[in-house]
Amino acid sequence: MDPLKVVEQPPAGSRLEDVAEEVVRFPGGGIALLRTEALFQWAQSSSLWPLTFGLACCAIEMMAAFAGRFDLDRFGVILRPTPRQADVMIIAGTVTIKMAPRIRTLYDQMAHPKWVISMGSCANSGDHYRNVYSVVPGVDHVIPVDVYVAGCPPTPEALMEGIFELQRKIRKGSRAGA
Amino acid sequence: MPAPEVVAALATRFAAAPFPLGVSVARESLVEAARVLRDHHGYRYYLLGTATERADAIEVLHAVRHPATLDTLFLKTALPKDDPTVDSLVLVWSGADWNEREIYDLFGVRFRGHPDLRRILLPDEYEGHPLRKDFPMDAPWGFRP
Repeated sequence: MDPLKVVEQPPAGSRLEDVAEEVVRFPGGGIALLRTEALFQWAQSSSLWPLTFGLACCAIEMMAAFAGRFDLDRFGVILRPTPRQADVMIIAGTVTIKMAPRIRTLYDQMAHPKWVISMGSCANSGDHYRNVYSVVPGVDHVIPVDVYVAGCPPTPEALMEGIFELQRKIRKGSRAGA
Repeated sequence: MPAPEVVAALATRFAAAPFPLGVSVARESLVEAARVLRDHHGYRYYLLGTATERADAIEVLHAVRHPATLDTLFLKTALPKDDPTVDSLVLVWSGADWNEREIYDLFGVRFRGHPDLRRILLPDEYEGHPLRKDFPMDAPWGFRP
């Protein structure tokens, strides 16, 4: 399978017609009638700004996903250095007990609506560090998670699929932690 | 490897037991032996500090180096498990500061005379010293935000 094939396709549902059940376009262009909620969900899902939270080796794969070869910018996914500007938090790596309160603080500082992607086995469940004295067995003990990306570490394609899955969730009306 | 004459000098002066990489001293004479090592034998550079839990004792291990000859010497002290207290070496080698904090954090060894004996890796409110053999592996992780 061609690893780049997935990035050549625009994510399903990126057109207005894919989102709203009913779109009335007026001839001549420029004006369309549809439910505002569907429009907002479409807009939110199309500009997901993530607050990166690289905690371990998953962060390397996350950086690769944002860099030129995979280039998440073209899906409206643009890195933010501050939680105030972010819509989605990508937890990439092992969550330690000492880091957990910081994660919670940064999550609380994000404005609604907000979502969380748990990237990799450590953030999902603790994985082989699950019983280690300093590790939280899964970031969902600390903040609500919307999408779990499996892998150790997940490839950039897997993270992209996780982001697309989150976009599909948002277009179906998902709110934070729901 | 430490120079044999240094090991021999420590063995006679402090009744230290030599082993291939260094000497094992009683905890009462640890600081004195450290001062002699630094001032008379030139071991001015502190490399690392760590600890091991044995069946009957906790061994604290300090590694120091001679900056000119690059000789490395290990200074070992055995502490009873019910009273793991030893004099701090911070006043001899200030580089021992964070290493001793780490040993305190993970093994619970108390360093007398340490200027700032706090946990260094785990959160301050953490209970127990997890690298001790009696630390329960199945303990709940004990943190709720």
